[in-house]
Amino acid sequence: MEMPIPSQAVIARKTRVVDRLRQVLPADAVISDERETRAYECDALTAYKCAPMVAVLPYTTQQVSDVLRICHEEGVPVVPRGSGTSLAGGALPTADCVILGVARMNEVIETDYPNRIIKVQTGRTNLSVTGAVEEDGFFYAPDPSSQLACAIAGNIAMNSGGAHCLKYGVTTNNLMGVTMVLMDGEVIEVGGAHLDAGGLDLLGLICGSEGQLGVVTEATLRILHKPEGARPVLIGFDDNEVAGECVSDIIKAGVLPVAIEFMDRPCIEATEAFAKAGYPMCEALLIIEVEGSDAEIDHQLGLISDIAQRHSPVELRQSKSAEESAKIWLGRKSAFGAMGQINDYMCLDGTIPVSSLPFVLKRIKELSDQFGLKVGNVFHAGDGNMHPLILFDANKPGDLELCEEFGAEILKLCVEVGGCLTGEHGVGIEKRDLMHVQYAPDDLEAQMAVKDVFDPAWLLNPAKVFPLDASETRRAVPLAAE
Amino acid sequence: MAITSEETLVDAIKGAAGPISVQGGGTRGLPATGQIMRVAGLQGITLYEPGALTLVAKPGTPVAEIEEALAAENQRLAFEPMDHRGLLGTSGTPTIGGVMAGNISGPRRISVGAARDFLLGVRFVDGRGAVVKNGGRVMKNVTGYDLVKLMAGSYGTLGVLSEVSMKVLPRPETQATLVLHGLDDGAAVAAMARALGSPFEVTGAAHDPATRETALRIEGFEASVSYRLSQLQSLLAGAGAEVEQRDAAATQALWSGINDVAAFHDGQGDVWRVSCKPSDAPGIAARSGAERWTYDWAGGLIWLRSAAGHDLRAAIGPMDGHATLVRADAQSKARLGVFHPEPAGVARLTAALRAQFDPKGIFNAGQLDRAA
Repeated sequence: MEMPIPSQAVIARKTRVVDRLRQVLPADAVISDERETRAYECDALTAYKCAPMVAVLPYTTQQVSDVLRICHEEGVPVVPRGSGTSLAGGALPTADCVILGVARMNEVIETDYPNRIIKVQTGRTNLSVTGAVEEDGFFYAPDPSSQLACAIAGNIAMNSGGAHCLKYGVTTNNLMGVTMVLMDGEVIEVGGAHLDAGGLDLLGLICGSEGQLGVVTEATLRILHKPEGARPVLIGFDDNEVAGECVSDIIKAGVLPVAIEFMDRPCIEATEAFAKAGYPMCEALLIIEVEGSDAEIDHQLGLISDIAQRHSPVELRQSKSAEESAKIWLGRKSAFGAMGQINDYMCLDGTIPVSSLPFVLKRIKELSDQFGLKVGNVFHAGDGNMHPLILFDANKPGDLELCEEFGAEILKLCVEVGGCLTGEHGVGIEKRDLMHVQYAPDDLEAQMAVKDVFDPAWLLNPAKVFPLDASETRRAVPLAAE
Repeated sequence: MAITSEETLVDAIKGAAGPISVQGGGTRGLPATGQIMRVAGLQGITLYEPGALTLVAKPGTPVAEIEEALAAENQRLAFEPMDHRGLLGTSGTPTIGGVMAGNISGPRRISVGAARDFLLGVRFVDGRGAVVKNGGRVMKNVTGYDLVKLMAGSYGTLGVLSEVSMKVLPRPETQATLVLHGLDDGAAVAAMARALGSPFEVTGAAHDPATRETALRIEGFEASVSYRLSQLQSLLAGAGAEVEQRDAAATQALWSGINDVAAFHDGQGDVWRVSCKPSDAPGIAARSGAERWTYDWAGGLIWLRSAAGHDLRAAIGPMDGHATLVRADAQSKARLGVFHPEPAGVARLTAALRAQFDPKGIFNAGQLDRAA
């Protein structure tokens, strides 16, 4: 993966930049020692590493503003970082950058049950937002699988999803307002406790902009009362295509589950060997969860089971208790770990129209044979968000490159059938050079024109999202004077 | 100028000598500056996959045509777009492009989201005449910036839509409404907050101070609806209100009236639409100087009727939210501004975005601005 050549002129100014940052931040908030900055050399896309020039960990919006103003004046690129759990390399530093981590900004600012909102500093982790309100029966709906660790700042940057977004939507559908600091240090407020923008929907634009438009320091989030209960049904099929048809029939029948998860045979075999969840050995497994009171759940699971029966399942297991539910989810939740036991893996995230599922799975199998790399498929079937896990050996020379090539073919396939490169992980550096596959030059130009407005000098996370050749002239904007 | 294809749209924009006002069905009576560009000719549903909950259409497609196609598959536009004709005394046919360009959402906004939350992808032509696509027809898509949201509610100021792709949802088996009688504004907003803060999935919460009726809508499978109605009733017993349940047919009529603001169809006075923090709503309404008002979105949306020319924003003062002047004569609209003024930082970004997408400044000059 190519990254821009770091600016030696910026690196030469390191001492001055660090001195200036120390003037506005507490001593423990500026990390410039080379042994310590290495802690920020990568995110969860660990194949790529580069220690930043400096890392800062501010405590307040004012400090974030001061940091950005200084970096703007000094012409130093800034890479914002939440908890560093990005699978797309969204927080990968460059050698001439300041990493701006929001991890120390993790307070709850306001909890307001009558208006069903919580206002937090964005370094707070996703799960701890729910943690702050769950004793009162509420929760924050978006639930990326990294929710124990990932920060709201990163969720907003990547517009994170999760298993339950079929019913509750993704981050952008649950974000009401932000406090954001622009690259020149200006602090703006967008949205709030009210619904919808009065003018242009800047909130919708900011969400998913991968830290390229500003640094979001505070967020107002929608919270909901927890459902009375939730239980899944597990259904096994001998044929991927039939499983896909079953999903489509369930949706058409008017049942809207909170989650429809799909696993294929390689994934079932791997998780069974690892977690021993008692899954049937078959071609495709669906885990479908519904919510409500006990009677409501029974009714919906009954409807789903009736539909499934028409497709001759090899197994149908309706959960009747919390223990049975946990057992059904066990395998799915350990799927990534199970694949990781076998080998290194790369997790893709393309989305396809649900109707293309059988075709796409067949093509992935063919590609897998062609590249000689194994792949298991786990995904959110209700919304078509796939997670093919390609197995490779990081110690074997050339295997990572082969795996990336295979991954690129799968993503191109997703676009070809009417889908997209990434459903919830973001573009980062990982899918950056594939953006040409999904977007024509005019499409990319329109997006880059937005960045021009928020960050005219292209200092915020500049080497991400857009193919380097497409953004080259913009990133070449002369840096600030010495 | 009448547009019938994306190609003619491109040509018309490239050839535009002066300002253009983009018009869909023309049902919202928006102020027009310059030449009117009619896009209702861009018509037709181009893709509908009920099993994938997606529908793609040209922006001039009548909302009614889309709703009919969806109804045949027992699905619907869950965000419940409002029909402005009764309120504004306009004719014409509401189009899906107009709905999306205005981010028009009804009572179900509080449970399922706004029109913008159901818009999955767009094609549009920007002010240079470039065709831009963004998003797609899948429900989860974080590939690049979300210009889809930016286009929703942009009132044609950034470009002219040439295709919209939407998420649709199943139509529930049945619906019913719990009506509480006799509550004042404060008690009603509190009761609605209580209902929405419950696990019973209320899909509409409205209050009319004139009749002192607070309505809470429940939708779903028959048994589930009656269960949740009774649970809700016990939950709200403390409010001390007399309670009544309305069946599916009465619910349909009631919420259609709430959505289209039937209370103000008599044509008297200016009409304002205020989006605010729900618990602030009674205070805002009380100090607004309005003559009459109704609450939707559990208080988060207030429709207010005032004397012609009354400056409702000035009367309310600073608030968390915004006020839009929906119905007034051209003079009042020009003097008071249709849209709420934005804070300086946001206004500057908005202006810069408009300049990027519409460098010649030809699109809908009077929209989203304080002054036309």
